[in-house]
Amino acid sequence: MQSSSGHSAGSAVRLSGVTKTFANGVHALGPLDLTIGQGEFVSLLGSSGCGKSTALRLVAGLTVPTTGHVELAAALRSTPRRSIGFVFQEPTLMPWATVWDNVYLPMRLLRRPRAEVAGRIGEVLESVGLSDFAAVYPRELSGGMKMRVSLARALVTDPDILLMDEPFAALDEITRFRLNNDLLELWRRLRRTIVFVTHSVFESVYLSQRVVVMTPRPGRVASEFLIDAPEPRGEEFRTSTAYVAHCRSVSDALARASAKAA
Amino acid sequence: MQTRDESGFVECTANLLRFGLPVVTLAIGLLVWDLIVRLNDIPPYQLPGPILVFKTLVQDWQILGGSLLVTLTTTFEGFIAAAVGGVAMAFLFNRSRLVEYSLYPYAIILQVTPVVAIAPLLLIYLPQQLAVVACAWIVAFFPVLANTTLGLNSVDSNLKDLFALYGASNEQTLWQLKLPSALPHILGGLRIAGGLSLIGAVVAEIAAGSAGAGSGLAYRIAESGYRLNIPRMFAALLLLSAAGIVIFMGLSLISHLVLRRWHESALGKES
Ligand SMILES: Nc1ncnc2c1ncn2[C@@H]1O[C@H](COP(=O)(O)OP(=O)(O)O)[C@@H](O)[C@H]1O
Ligand SMILES: [Mg+2]
Repeated sequence: MQSSSGHSAGSAVRLSGVTKTFANGVHALGPLDLTIGQGEFVSLLGSSGCGKSTALRLVAGLTVPTTGHVELAAALRSTPRRSIGFVFQEPTLMPWATVWDNVYLPMRLLRRPRAEVAGRIGEVLESVGLSDFAAVYPRELSGGMKMRVSLARALVTDPDILLMDEPFAALDEITRFRLNNDLLELWRRLRRTIVFVTHSVFESVYLSQRVVVMTPRPGRVASEFLIDAPEPRGEEFRTSTAYVAHCRSVSDALARASAKAA
Repeated sequence: MQTRDESGFVECTANLLRFGLPVVTLAIGLLVWDLIVRLNDIPPYQLPGPILVFKTLVQDWQILGGSLLVTLTTTFEGFIAAAVGGVAMAFLFNRSRLVEYSLYPYAIILQVTPVVAIAPLLLIYLPQQLAVVACAWIVAFFPVLANTTLGLNSVDSNLKDLFALYGASNEQTLWQLKLPSALPHILGGLRIAGGLSLIGAVVAEIAAGSAGAGSGLAYRIAESGYRLNIPRMFAALLLLSAAGIVIFMGLSLISHLVLRRWHESALGKES
């Protein structure tokens, strides 16, 4: 059941008592209670298989909860969900289309003519640093560049919320760090809500304002941490004592959550 | 850039071997064939030498060329029917489970029943030309159906989600997601279907041959056989093989041209 009433001001998404059991009987998630504020950068941290992707898909409306409610702020409720941007773990680009056409896809599906959105697409490509690659096919791009295209595609409709499912997990560390910084910069500029799924303690602490640690399957909220580091964060934050301290407490919480389940 | 030169050289040699070696094999084969015929004094009605076969091909071009055209036309019609029918059926199955469950078993039955056994029946109930095309179709449509089905099932599930997220219509999903995703598989199916429709056409021509009016290459082979015109049999066979090779290469080329911009199968070894 998905309802959209009774929403408190200031929050973008609220999950209350959400569970998901798949047709094959796998109880993947919940009960999950989680509120995400507007403009907040939240990380969902949990071991593989704990239901993180399922949680994101529930928020996006790509699947419905078995029990409980997913409430979205009014601005997010339009169908089609142009106000939701989704970034998958794989770049998930159309190999038969150029970078430009891949980024155009959401607009195309929303039946916006090319000429009308060309300016917007140029802008988004510029913001991910791919202006020079508009006419290139995905196979000619590196993994990091493909991920940027994927990000540009999610941003092209200027969504209010960005759902990211382990977007940088498959990248090498250097590329991942750079994309982390780019993402932070983007978030500072746009102040959109970002829900970032990861299984990396370090990444979650580096990026987010709040880290939600999840239990192993069925995923529930084990604990939450506010990362109150001063902004803007940069590479020096990665080596600060505050960062190390945060990582340690989040890491401990994750270990405790797993131990309890085992 | 020494390494690049070197790899270019290696690639060049590889290509030379790949296309050169079959030619060398052919030359040796022809030579051995010729020698066997000459040294043993085998009469042409038992085994004609390669030169005689070639001469016959040129001399009988009037007859053989016309027959080639007939067989190619049948093949082409059967191929088009198989391509359109196979792809359309796969999309229909993909759209509706009910239709798939109802019809798929019969598609398989049609596939596993030898066409040689079906051809005489078809010739009884259908006009000859239609029956021949139907045979070509029966043999060729299944790989198209199976490959297209495989292609449609291999659509990236995340892309499907993305299309759903932006409220794509069925039609948008079909043309902008399913069809392009399945295209490499469809083209693979068509490549197989091309050769098979030739086989189907030949089988049907041979089955029809006894009934008379046919004049395709297979009919010429059967006819030459009765008349012990063995050189012409060989010449017709040569034309059939050549047609098969050209069809396969043509379809491979089309597939390559369509996919070269984006699909991995069209990439060289360098990536
Ligand atoms: N469509 C599905 N049908 C059945 N089980 C599924 C489906 N999707 C995910 N699961 C199962 O649900 C659990 C949680 O999956 P997922 O949300 O992908 O976890 P995570 O993203 O945290 O790795 C896993 O055990 C997975 O196998
Ligand atoms: Mg996942």
